[in-house]
Amino acid sequence: MKAIKYTGLAIFIAALSIFTAVLFIGEFKASKDTVAEFIESNSIKSDILKDELNNTIAGTTYSNGISFSAAIKGAIKKSNDHYDALIEKYDAEKNWDKKGEQFQYKVSNVSGMTYNLAKKSGSGLIVNNKGLFWWLTFGLGILGALLFITPNLILLGKPGIKHDHIYHEAATNRGWIAWLVLVYLVCFYLVLYFAPYYAVNWTFILDPISKALNGGPASQWFVYGFLYCTIMIVMAVRMYIKYRHNKYQIMRTTSVLFFQIVFAFLIPEIMTSLNMPGYDFKNAFPLDYDFFFEWNLKSLTESGGIGLFILVWGIVLTLVIVPLMVYFFGKRWYCSWVCGCGGLAETLGDPYRQHSNKSLNSWKLERWVIHSVLVFSLVMTLVTLYCYFSGAESLIGIKSQWIKDTYSFLIGAWFAGVIGTGFYPIFGNRVWCRFGCPLAAYLGLVQRFKSRFRITTNGGQCISCGNCSTYCEQGIDVRAYAQKGENIVRASCVGCGVCSAVCPRGVLKLENGPEKGRINPTEVLLGNDVDLIELAKQNRQSS
Amino acid sequence: MEHVVIIGNGISGITAARHIRKLSDKKITVVSAETDYFFSRTALMYVYMGHMKFEHTQPYENWFWKKNSIDLKKGYVKSVDTDANTLLFADGSNLTYDKLIIATGSKPNKFGWPGQDLKQVQGLYSKQDLDKLEANAPDNTVCKRAVIVGGGLIGIEMAEMLRTRDIPITFLVREDSFWNGVLPQQESNMLNKHIVDHHIDLRLGVNLKQINDDGNGNVKSIVIAETDEEIECNVVGLTAGVSPNIDFIKESKIETGRGVKVNRLLETNINNVYAIGDCAEQHEGIGERRPIEAVWYTGRMMGEALARTICGTPTEYKPGHWFNSAKFLDIEYQTYGWVWAKPKENEGRFYWEHSDGNKCIHINYDKNSKKFIGINNFGIRMRHEVFDRWLTEERSVDYVLEHLKDANFDPEFYSQYEKEIVAKYNNENNTNIKVKSKSWKRIFA
Repeated sequence: MKAIKYTGLAIFIAALSIFTAVLFIGEFKASKDTVAEFIESNSIKSDILKDELNNTIAGTTYSNGISFSAAIKGAIKKSNDHYDALIEKYDAEKNWDKKGEQFQYKVSNVSGMTYNLAKKSGSGLIVNNKGLFWWLTFGLGILGALLFITPNLILLGKPGIKHDHIYHEAATNRGWIAWLVLVYLVCFYLVLYFAPYYAVNWTFILDPISKALNGGPASQWFVYGFLYCTIMIVMAVRMYIKYRHNKYQIMRTTSVLFFQIVFAFLIPEIMTSLNMPGYDFKNAFPLDYDFFFEWNLKSLTESGGIGLFILVWGIVLTLVIVPLMVYFFGKRWYCSWVCGCGGLAETLGDPYRQHSNKSLNSWKLERWVIHSVLVFSLVMTLVTLYCYFSGAESLIGIKSQWIKDTYSFLIGAWFAGVIGTGFYPIFGNRVWCRFGCPLAAYLGLVQRFKSRFRITTNGGQCISCGNCSTYCEQGIDVRAYAQKGENIVRASCVGCGVCSAVCPRGVLKLENGPEKGRINPTEVLLGNDVDLIELAKQNRQSS
Repeated sequence: MEHVVIIGNGISGITAARHIRKLSDKKITVVSAETDYFFSRTALMYVYMGHMKFEHTQPYENWFWKKNSIDLKKGYVKSVDTDANTLLFADGSNLTYDKLIIATGSKPNKFGWPGQDLKQVQGLYSKQDLDKLEANAPDNTVCKRAVIVGGGLIGIEMAEMLRTRDIPITFLVREDSFWNGVLPQQESNMLNKHIVDHHIDLRLGVNLKQINDDGNGNVKSIVIAETDEEIECNVVGLTAGVSPNIDFIKESKIETGRGVKVNRLLETNINNVYAIGDCAEQHEGIGERRPIEAVWYTGRMMGEALARTICGTPTEYKPGHWFNSAKFLDIEYQTYGWVWAKPKENEGRFYWEHSDGNKCIHINYDKNSKKFIGINNFGIRMRHEVFDRWLTEERSVDYVLEHLKDANFDPEFYSQYEKEIVAKYNNENNTNIKVKSKSWKRIFA
């Protein structure tokens, strides 16, 4: 069994190496026609850039996507630098007309343009062997991971809590493996968000699947979506084995898997193939922060009945369905049963759940940061909507474009992606959900003040062992409540149910019940028969 | 300002300190030779198993004590001079008190076995014991086999720990079935099987004769008294119960028996000296309880009660209905009320076991009045509040079974067995009880 496990690991590492190496191989060559068409379709006006593209890049063979992208970026930079110098010159001369003329020559979407040309220019080994490379990367990766995971059915012994050696192993105890994984994940997200042109070879591998689903070639976002689903499925197998004694965990894992694959991945792809706007029907604003951006509103209002339906659904989802469901079931219905971010956290992130910080200071920080992001997202949306309807460019001095760009960059890319997932191995699997997600902040407020959900503490049974706090991914010091006999009612609880699962004494139960008695501060723990009338009297005197 | 000194920073001492602080502004000093800060003893096993780090066993962050002006002093108390209200420490220093609380807990029992003081012979109680086990049994090359002597809760914990390092274990149990001094035979049988299923070499009905050394002061083997069989091993776990850790006051004027003798107010024979937790011995057991209760929550309750007494509201230690819990490898156990190992004359029993052999309930009731006396539940979680109320209200066994769904505390979506349980009861007792569905109204009544 161990041999199978380690063979699986070797296969997985091989697949990951090939997946990584893919970026450094292949052939890139833009033909004259491709370049001409590219200049045309992007309405490039800069002669310098045209010259560079036609004379230097067109017809030249590059040995991989990285050198090819670097060449394009270099060309764009050369052109942009030239016009920046002119702008500066005319600015100094106060020649406003001339200065204004220069801007049309500048290229702003460097990343997107570079990616587009690279996507059109790939050839050679990978482009000619898409299927083979799918098997060498995804295929082997899935096989290796499953071979590594499934022997646990026998190796881990009988069903039950499987946390042996978590704090002994480098992968799960912030050792060198954890740091390596962190670096890899962070690099992955940096490429995905800020340098997708480097990853163009990955998109080739998934072109056939993309074509089958939506009719078009794969983009970097298709790669991300497909990878996301693949990782979740494989790691869900791990969850099914680990928690096969716990039906709550099995149901929850199945639910997040379903919503990711069907709602976040398949439905939007199919909608795109039907010329509809691709929409994730479960992605609620303000997590879906660009729902009210001009381009989305424009696209929806121009898409006829389905666009209008999405618009109404999106608003109803946030204003009615989300809070109502939180009232009945707690925010868990979204965060650990439906949400895609939560889905990845509960599958890929499960081995790292113990790393969330439980200190009082981190709780204070959490409340400041997450509510600030909520306010930020609301202000951004307010400015955007005001500008959309009024035609203005700013509201109370805040430029619509600036605040959208800032939010997308800081929150959308860095916080949710690079930090949110990249930092899993060191800071735990719910960094984004705990500190950053504006939707979680909103759900949390409802859960804290108006909900039937709580984690019930079972009388006086707690022995303060601390398993619950250690494995709380949201950094809640569960034990602090349980050992006092108090129920746990916290805005941040996503209801993953692991505190209840790891409790050796059957002390914790997630449940939805009457609001009365949900929060139950206790003076004396159950079992200690002090005279309660006497106690009440004494409390009155002392207060 | 009155100075309260507490010896011992376990659950009883710390609970007393916290509650005295809540109720007063007395000066509080907690003395411990074991660790700088309070930790949860019950979680030591998880540190060895790699589920937690030691710091996770500490329920309060390190700033907590200063913020609540609870002074912590590390030191080993050698003796107590109650005439001068003074503690003498091993390092020669001393400390005076106005009120003294002895909360020094337990130490593992040793019964004078030859070789019991060898380096690799140890119990599992203190932080030092954990460190020792880490040194004695880091893996299965250093420790090729471990023998555990004594079939109680700590014994099974130690077996669970050593298993995680793939160390073969021989488990010597004096009784002819695991923990059957406490558990009825059915539950005990279930655990026997569960232990063997986990590849632990369980030896029932045997005693330790001696521990042999290898000539260099290291454990080489043990010998079983009944058969003279010699079992080679590198570590011997002594888990044959615990007794009060009170040697340091044997020479003082404080009255002791097995533990520090206290009355219901937890006062000793000396004014202003109190004892709580594992080391306290009631003059007479309360209700059906034993005079010495080495249980986590009783230590906590004594701490709560004594804090009131010390802060001016004399409060007797009045433990309510008996309850407890434990975990045997993968099987959780809870109990509410009393289910004796052997039924008393007036007692009737109802036992149900799931076909998987990992879940059961055992109900004890009065044969004549049908009054519910207690329940053992294995592999099924039950609500403490609900059973506590049923015991207070002296409900009948029929009532308990009829409303059993109110008491279920298993996680959502778990299979529920109330119908199966009640059908069996109806069948055995010619009754016609119908299970009522769960009612929040009744649960919160």
